[in-house]
Amino acid sequence: MRRHQLLKDRFLENRIFLSRTVILFVLLLLLTAGLVSRLVYLQVMGHSKYHNMATHNRVKVSSLPPTRGLIYDKHGHILAQNLPSYSLEITPELVTDMDATLARLQQVLTIPDEKIAAFKKQRRRYKHFDSIPLLLQLTETEVAKFAVVRHTFAGVDIHARLIRHYPYAELTAHVVGYVGRINERELKTISSAEYRAVHSIGKTGVERAYEALLRGHSGYAEIETNAQGKPIRELGKIEPVPGADIYLTLDIDLQGVAYEALADYNGAVVALDIATGGVLVQVSKASFDPNLFVSGISYADYKALNTSKNKPLFDRVLRGQYPPGSTLKPFIGLAGLEYNITNMHQTLFCPGYYQLANKSHKYRDWKKWGHGTVNLDDAITQSCDVYFYDMSLALGIDKLSAFLHRFGFGEKTGIDLKGEKSGLLPSREWKRIHRQQAWYPGETLITGIGQGFTQVTPIQLARATATLAKYGEVVTPYLAERIIYADHAAVITRAPVSDIGLKKSNVQDIMTAMVHVVHSAKGTAKRIAKGINYQIAGKTGTAQVYTVKQDEEYDEAEIEFNMRDHALFIAFAPADNPKIAVAVIAEHGSHGSSVAAPIAAQVIKQYLKAEK
Amino acid sequence: MKVELRPEQFKEHSLLGRLLRRLHIDIPLLIGLLLLLTISFMMLYSTGNKETALLIRQAVRMGVAGGLMVVLAHIDPRQFQRYSIPLYGVGVVLLAAVLLVGDVGKGAQRWLDLGVFRFQPSEMIKITTPMMLAWYLSGHDIPPRWYHIVVATAFILLPTLLIVRQPDLGTSLLVASSGVFVLYFAGISWRFLLSSATGFMAFTPIYWHFFMREYQKDRVLTFLNPEADPMGKGYHIIQSKIAIGSGGVNGKGWQENTQSQLDFLPESSTDFIFAVFAEEFGLVGCIGLLILYLGIIARGFYIAVQAQDTYCRLLAGSLVCTFFVYVFVNIGMVIGILPVVGVPLPLISYGGTSMVTLLAGFGILMSIHTHKKILPS
Repeated sequence: MRRHQLLKDRFLENRIFLSRTVILFVLLLLLTAGLVSRLVYLQVMGHSKYHNMATHNRVKVSSLPPTRGLIYDKHGHILAQNLPSYSLEITPELVTDMDATLARLQQVLTIPDEKIAAFKKQRRRYKHFDSIPLLLQLTETEVAKFAVVRHTFAGVDIHARLIRHYPYAELTAHVVGYVGRINERELKTISSAEYRAVHSIGKTGVERAYEALLRGHSGYAEIETNAQGKPIRELGKIEPVPGADIYLTLDIDLQGVAYEALADYNGAVVALDIATGGVLVQVSKASFDPNLFVSGISYADYKALNTSKNKPLFDRVLRGQYPPGSTLKPFIGLAGLEYNITNMHQTLFCPGYYQLANKSHKYRDWKKWGHGTVNLDDAITQSCDVYFYDMSLALGIDKLSAFLHRFGFGEKTGIDLKGEKSGLLPSREWKRIHRQQAWYPGETLITGIGQGFTQVTPIQLARATATLAKYGEVVTPYLAERIIYADHAAVITRAPVSDIGLKKSNVQDIMTAMVHVVHSAKGTAKRIAKGINYQIAGKTGTAQVYTVKQDEEYDEAEIEFNMRDHALFIAFAPADNPKIAVAVIAEHGSHGSSVAAPIAAQVIKQYLKAEK
Repeated sequence: MKVELRPEQFKEHSLLGRLLRRLHIDIPLLIGLLLLLTISFMMLYSTGNKETALLIRQAVRMGVAGGLMVVLAHIDPRQFQRYSIPLYGVGVVLLAAVLLVGDVGKGAQRWLDLGVFRFQPSEMIKITTPMMLAWYLSGHDIPPRWYHIVVATAFILLPTLLIVRQPDLGTSLLVASSGVFVLYFAGISWRFLLSSATGFMAFTPIYWHFFMREYQKDRVLTFLNPEADPMGKGYHIIQSKIAIGSGGVNGKGWQENTQSQLDFLPESSTDFIFAVFAEEFGLVGCIGLLILYLGIIARGFYIAVQAQDTYCRLLAGSLVCTFFVYVFVNIGMVIGILPVVGVPLPLISYGGTSMVTLLAGFGILMSIHTHKKILPS
């Protein structure tokens, strides 16, 4: 049947095929005529022009790199600059035997094999007759050494280039970030035209986030050369557009105070300008020298940084996730007030532990013998756990979680840097999805004192503190304040602030309790109140790293350093007219009161002293 | 009544003619191909600084590819038809394998290391895709119904998208067009062709606005207008225009190219070899070369029209058209009217993979032409 049909259609088929072939062949002839007309245009009409370009003069196009924009702190101190530096460069097309040349160069100068390997890898990225850097940052001696033998190395020369330099080194390593050579992965996502003359790219921090502004635009020059390739004159030139300079909100002196105050502790200090959300201090410690990365870090240096137990490459401010401990109590207390679960007069007797109905498990208070009868103010001032166990149980996890979310816990702060973590705000739904388990009341209790699943980043903690100090006006942290282009300056416009809608008197009560933390006899951070004529509102916190078993004593001396609790402190000041909000985390600092609070106090005191 | 068809009657009595027929070689095609390969040798001698190693390597490739052509010419086209599905299937599986375990060369994953030699499945699929389509469409009504077109389009898209992922834009273009040509020869309606072209064009701005990232847009713009990137791809185009334009009407003469010898013109022996040809032989030479290509194409179309069954006809038509696409895309790119994609000048550019595929295609054409039987009318 099918066979029959095929035979029947054979005539039709032949006719279709023949006509289609003829039509197509005519089309191909027309397309070929198009090619020919273009060839006539180039070879007949354009002949004298191109002939001139080809025989008498030869045109070479060379790229002109833009100067990378500078980065300043809020007072105009330079945080990232460009310094001239001598580099040894090779033009492969002018070298007859590359391996022999490289081997001879290694005899003249000390060039590690990995630099040779990096050079060979780089070659693919470059255009014909481009010179490719082999060694950067030559010393005067190396320059002199090479100058003597230079005539024996065809195609090898010394060039002056600008390289990035970070004068504050460790102090700004995480926040300003650093630039480095463009790697294979980055190569896939950048426009090759923009990076033709540019050899490095922002890898972290501000350098990465504002790469497009800082980089500028490459220019190029068309240069006539003679038959030997020597330049005769410039035919045309498109000037490179330098990158924009950026002024940050960062205060480098204050940053230094915070860095020094952390002393030997690893951790993070963040300070925000409450009025704007501008980041005044962003310290992550342990740190590293970003200048090592600029011209390619050596394998040994990188390995040392990468394997150090202090994790110097880890940006704790944006990516460190810690249990907030008792620093969460002011927010939970406020939730209790907002939902009318408690008021400032309601009291509770704290025996040093708390038990759920019909359960034998004792939820301990940090103070073994208890705080006695306490109200909410006392509970914050003395950091009574039992009061918050009781209150958060009455609140329930749903309200607790929803309220904390309004302060930005569990989500990225939206700071103008990349790679931020969002922390973790547990909820009934979160646990069902991620743990496939129901929510237990005991978990509400420990969430109520900032332990358990909850994790926050230092920047989140600072943001929430600033938001509290502004009576619920949400603060979004940012670093870049002003952009200075070649011909004009621009202030970056920020998204309008939103308000999370809090009752002002409730916030006032919590603030008063936070002032008592610092300025009352029973306050956990009373020792920092000395020598100031304004008030600081704060809250100490201790984040458990190591869980104490039910019948065990917590003995600090017996516990190894890296098992000790993290010390936390949040604060804003002056309490009656908040200007600065601070969050401090000192890893394994054991006590918020004795370790973290004094660090925050130093930053606040320095800032408010300078403000006056 | 089985009688061998002899299109080359005039050669009947010559010894060479009989030998070539025994080998299933088509003489006009052979002459055209030999001319191209001679030009290739001359150009490589000129661009490669008279380096003999380069010529020897190319000669070895020509030998291997020519051998494959003769072998394929020997096989009855009904065998191709029979093995169309498995060949296509193996090609697609190998393409998928390349994405998973392939070697990365020049920033793209194209090679499959088979121990003895490295192999580019995307080359094989250039022939097996039109085979598959010709097999599929020849088994149904001609012109095809709409649902046959849908299935056929799927057969085209599968390998094309796998090659785009590698990424290799030039090859995916060739594979896709080879399939579209089969559809065209099978007689899909003009209205359908035009409406799908319109649909495609309407979708482009939507894709541009909603699915592409900034850097991807950047790349497409540079791709469409290479002269916006004078340091990168634009550099090739500027230099190749200088080379071509300076050649003038009569050219500078063989080995008299100045641009490629001074290393101004990159890739002068591979994708940009036409620029050197144009510089040395001028407009006259270029037109001559185009006539040679058109002559080969005309002979190919003659073979396709003379072919005896639908399968052979569709396959032959598609192979010939793909050959033209090579020529047009390469020359169009070198003279700066088409974007820069990696498509070589067929049988002239230095390199083995495209030569093997192209000569294999001509082997199939010869097989189609030399295995004909008179059917009962």
